[in-house]
Amino acid sequence: MQAYIIRRLLALIPTLIFASLIVFITVRLIPGDVIDLMLSSNDIGADKKSREQLEAALGLDRPMVAQYFRWAGAILFEGSLGNSLWQNTPVTEEILHRLPITFELGLMALAVALIAGIPIGVYSAVAQDTMGDYVTRSFAILALALPGFWVGTLVMVFPSIWWGWSPEVKFTAFSENPLTNLGQMAIPALILGMAFSAVVMRLTRTMMLEVMRQDYIRTALAKGLATRTTILRHALRNALIPVVTLVGLQAPVLVGGTVILEQIFVIPGMGLLLLEAVSQRDYPIITGVFLIVGVVVVLINLLVDLSYGILDPKVRYR
Amino acid sequence: MSLLSVRGLSTEFRTERGVVKAVDDVSFDLAAGETLAIVGESGSGKSVTAMSILRLIPDPPGKISAGEVVFDGRDLLKLSDEEIRAIRGDRIAMIFQEPMSSLNPSLTVGLQIAEPINLHRKTPWAAAMDMAVELLERVRMSDARSRVKAYPHQFSGGMRQRAMIAMALACQPQLIIADEPTTALDVTVQAQILALLKEVTRAANSALILITHDLGVVARYADRVCVMYGGRIVEAGPAREIYARPRHPYTIGLMASVPRLDQEAGSRLVPIEGSPPNLANLPPGCAFAPRCRRAVDICRSERPPLVKSAPDHLSACHFHAQLSAPVGSHVGT
Ligand SMILES: Nc1ncnc2c1ncn2[C@@H]1O[C@H](COP(=O)(O)OP(=O)(O)OP(=O)(O)O)[C@@H](O)[C@H]1O
Ligand code: SF4
Ligand SMILES: [Mg+2]
Repeated sequence: MQAYIIRRLLALIPTLIFASLIVFITVRLIPGDVIDLMLSSNDIGADKKSREQLEAALGLDRPMVAQYFRWAGAILFEGSLGNSLWQNTPVTEEILHRLPITFELGLMALAVALIAGIPIGVYSAVAQDTMGDYVTRSFAILALALPGFWVGTLVMVFPSIWWGWSPEVKFTAFSENPLTNLGQMAIPALILGMAFSAVVMRLTRTMMLEVMRQDYIRTALAKGLATRTTILRHALRNALIPVVTLVGLQAPVLVGGTVILEQIFVIPGMGLLLLEAVSQRDYPIITGVFLIVGVVVVLINLLVDLSYGILDPKVRYR
Repeated sequence: MSLLSVRGLSTEFRTERGVVKAVDDVSFDLAAGETLAIVGESGSGKSVTAMSILRLIPDPPGKISAGEVVFDGRDLLKLSDEEIRAIRGDRIAMIFQEPMSSLNPSLTVGLQIAEPINLHRKTPWAAAMDMAVELLERVRMSDARSRVKAYPHQFSGGMRQRAMIAMALACQPQLIIADEPTTALDVTVQAQILALLKEVTRAANSALILITHDLGVVARYADRVCVMYGGRIVEAGPAREIYARPRHPYTIGLMASVPRLDQEAGSRLVPIEGSPPNLANLPPGCAFAPRCRRAVDICRSERPPLVKSAPDHLSACHFHAQLSAPVGSHVGT
């Protein structure tokens, strides 16, 4: 197992190098130019700095290859992602502020997805073709079909029209007041987790139906185990192996979802940071956010692979 | 009094092709410590009979539509769900055909063997695991103490079936039902497993229902035999008697298709021609008639009842009385 983990970690190196290249290049393909933006914005325009001076100051006058190596070198040797082009603050600092917030939102959404999806999926499989099964499956299709941004907008708009209530706009950090913070995060986490829970539910149901047909379930029943113990001890663990894969595959989708919901609910996480940075063409922040998101996704996938070892002994002993 | 008395057992499946009568009016008795073989081709209803005894038929699509299964004085078909669960794995244990898939791949072999002990005897897990080691030793697994911690995929087919036998023995059941326990194994391993099964059941004084399609197995291991065809019993009696003087053309055909110890080497095996009957649409007369070389008009119109053909020997053939000659003379007629 240890050798397996080390091998997996080493395999991450080329993945991360490749990811950094893609991130660096694509960000510079975003149409529009930070210099134009800066020149057209008043305060800098008043400085009467020329385009060349600005480019030189920001290091944008060098060839792309040189820029990449300077950027990658700074990450490797100084742990620095550069400074924001506008605020001149270190990107790492900015990201370190925002990352926990997005992480919290993603984790809460994941919790919603699993806590709702797995038990409902199991129920729906055990009660196959009953009324309850149909109701939960219809709900799943509905939850999948409703886009998160639309539900989010409704939640923002309608309560305020009907009851004059709207979600708090001023963000409270978890460290300031955990309860207020969790209350603020609950609605976006629910919305984000809902569609995901539908996917989890459907896969859990399919896998449970598959597993319940297996011979070893018959063996368990022939021993005299009750249905409940059979499901919990013999079926669920085997049914959840593909669900874990799904969580790994869906992690980037979840990140994408937080970008939109952070915007709607004004939550100052990575998503909001990214949106601001893109509109200002603040390249170091954009690349930094993408790189960190990439690293997180890669790490989640590693965790998923390792958790196979816990669920599936065949992997553990390889 | 017999340990198990099955009376008029019928089990149906509702399928798209109609109602399949997988088991139809099956009756047999089994005394304590006795070995009964149930023999028949694929699809003849052997497994469904076995599963019906423990009420393990999936419902839907299956349903036990009639009969009694009296075990130790109680009709198992009338018990509550909780009562039948108390019987399963404790008083009656089952061993299945597929050792590869009958064990849970994600739980240790030891836990799966210890499970019925923990469940029925309320023995704490640690003590039950110690008993699992003893049980593995009893089925002659070498290095049992480390093997309990292994997972099924680390075992060979034969070892898994030994583990299944250990699991069945766990609560010292009065009856073990083994559904083709060796079909999936190598020929050399088959003989070892059957000999082991026979030996441990005898040592534990458990009765054994041995389901097989191999009459050679019957001759060696069984006290009594039921031959099934198309969901019904077509012949029943002591193994020795049926082996020496079969009184049903289907049994005679089965024997001709099995290598016999007393046969000279090189003589040809004759499989029964034709295919098994469609259980959703059985012919009105004898189910075997389309494949029987002796079939005459009455066979196609009237179903032969299962009657006493000789003392302690039942046969369901209109011509059972004429079939009492030794086997050899009938093959190829
Ligand atoms: N779950 C099920 N659904 C529908 N029909 C079934 C089901 N299980 C069994 N049957 C029917 O019952 C018949 C008898 O099946 P059974 O498994 O008892 O045969 P068998 O004698 O054990 O054969 P084999 O030697 O192949 O194990 C089959 O032909 C099939 O049509
Ligand atoms: S009843 Fe007729 S068809 Fe059926 S087994 Fe006897 S001889 Fe053959
Ligand atoms: Mg079978």
